[in-house]
Amino acid sequence: MAANPIALDVPIPRRRVTLPPLTAKLATGLIIGAAIVLFGLIGPLLVQDPSRVSDVGLAGPSAEHLLGTTQTGQDVLAQLAYATRGSLIVGAIVGVLTLALSAFFGIVGAYAGGWVDEAFSLFTNIMLVIPGLPVVIVISAYVADRSLLLVSVVLAITSWAGSARVLRGSTLSLRSRDYVLASRVAGEKRWRILAVEILPNLIPLLASQVVFAVIFAILGEAGLSYLGLGASDSFTWGTMLYYAQNGLALRLGAWWWFVPPGLMLALFGAALSLINFSIDEIINPKLRSQTRAARRGWRMSREQLRKAKESTL
Amino acid sequence: MTVLEARGLIKDYRGIRAVDDVSLTLEHGRTVALVGQSGSGKSTMARLLLQLERPTSGEILLDGEPVARRGKRLTLYRRTVQMVFQDPFASLNPYHDVEHHLARPIRLHNPKMSADDVHRRVLHLLERVRLTPAAHVARRRPHELSGGQRQRVAIARALAPEPGVLIADEPVSMLDVSIRLGVLNLLATLQREEDLGVLYITHDLATARHFSDDILVMYRGKIVERGPADSVILDPQHDYTKTLADAAPNPDRRLAR
Ligand SMILES: Nc1ncnc2c1ncn2[C@@H]1O[C@H](COP(=O)(O)OP(=O)(O)OP(=O)(O)O)[C@@H](O)[C@H]1O
Ligand SMILES: [Mg+2]
Repeated sequence: MAANPIALDVPIPRRRVTLPPLTAKLATGLIIGAAIVLFGLIGPLLVQDPSRVSDVGLAGPSAEHLLGTTQTGQDVLAQLAYATRGSLIVGAIVGVLTLALSAFFGIVGAYAGGWVDEAFSLFTNIMLVIPGLPVVIVISAYVADRSLLLVSVVLAITSWAGSARVLRGSTLSLRSRDYVLASRVAGEKRWRILAVEILPNLIPLLASQVVFAVIFAILGEAGLSYLGLGASDSFTWGTMLYYAQNGLALRLGAWWWFVPPGLMLALFGAALSLINFSIDEIINPKLRSQTRAARRGWRMSREQLRKAKESTL
Repeated sequence: MTVLEARGLIKDYRGIRAVDDVSLTLEHGRTVALVGQSGSGKSTMARLLLQLERPTSGEILLDGEPVARRGKRLTLYRRTVQMVFQDPFASLNPYHDVEHHLARPIRLHNPKMSADDVHRRVLHLLERVRLTPAAHVARRRPHELSGGQRQRVAIARALAPEPGVLIADEPVSMLDVSIRLGVLNLLATLQREEDLGVLYITHDLATARHFSDDILVMYRGKIVERGPADSVILDPQHDYTKTLADAAPNPDRRLAR
């Protein structure tokens, strides 16, 4: 008996990675995120020295200082450019470290199983119950010379455990899937099963965990800096807010000093969240089928969709 | 000419004895059906035979020699004993295309084969399981195929290393009734062409009788009855087999009455 012949007319691209569909949400997130990253990369090359003082203190935006000056006459735009770079560096370091730590302790542990898994998940759980922010505050309070790197590492170490737990759960469910058993039956090596059969299916989850870690890190660093416990050698959005607060910017109505860093924080957080929502829709198709974008993807109106649903029930 | 033999296999799971002292032999050219109700230990038996799990006790022999758990001899075992899983929606990796699923076992067992030859073998396998046009199917990913088409891919994958023994764990139970017979007939044809020894695990006495030479009836981990297919169905000895046979529609018995 011949199987149903397969339609010939549709050309199929050989796609390896499941990219999220480019929805309005994702596009907005990507554009805002990219604009901020670009500003952080190029901005510092174009502006003056952010620490240079002058005698035009607390002046509003003007042609000379596009975003005005601080109390000591430093250029706010210059500070913003360096602060953006600083905050992004924190986000990047924490993102990479979280990826490495949570993938190692979550995925490798769960895949290896046995005592390795027990040991790894015990360690993960211990790290999970250590209250992150208080520890960060204690460490920061003890170390006087805090570099951006130190702050990032401390943030990463106190925040990777949650991701590791999530990844462990998914890996446990993936490793007993039939297709993993099938590749064992085929004689595939253990590391290759992990790398080629399991890992690709974890990419969306990994991506969303990393994006989340970056949001957490940038906000966390801003919080620490605002408390005066951030990096002492660099500008970040948090340190800008801290200096603005110290300089009584709010009371003096110097909005050009505190609004830009605050706005950047909010925008970047929102952009990453939008990207994360789109990734979540791949991980959890149930979310997707409820969005308008999905319906449009099927080229169906609400009416048509309702009819289709009725006829399949 | 392969003979796979299990002797006194026992498998315990935390207090449950899933497989209790089971012995069976799979020979080239013969199909043995393993029937039994849900939870009787059939899939556990399949996993033991495929060395996906270790038996609590008992041994498995391939051509008279105890099987190896690592090294070259495990590779040989992997090549010789293959499996078709129950659920074609779970047994193919959603991330990879059909070509990957078939090319990997070919490469693993023929490390020196050129990429072109591997591709040709993939197409040939797809044609053998009647998935045409093969070049087109090879580029599809599992979610673009129907259940029956996926199960054919799974069968092609099992045949890729040119095995001697095929274990099929309820290969059609997840498929639509209308295409079950097609897949079973395909399995039977391939079995004849390749001279395979097949273990056909099923709930369904009617297809067990039609497609196999011998039937083993499993009940709560034990083999309670074994023998040539017709005699097990027409003349059941054990109470459990009798209830099974009574429950199954059987035209012969109705005529005989
Ligand atoms: N990994 C496991 N851990 C603990 N118990 C298990 C495990 N696998 C199977 N069992 C138990 O072993 C018994 C046999 O299960 P098995 O899957 O072999 O049954 P089956 O005959 O294949 O059933 P079905 O026809 O529904 O597929 C069941 O009681 C089951 O609960
Ligand atoms: Mg089963």
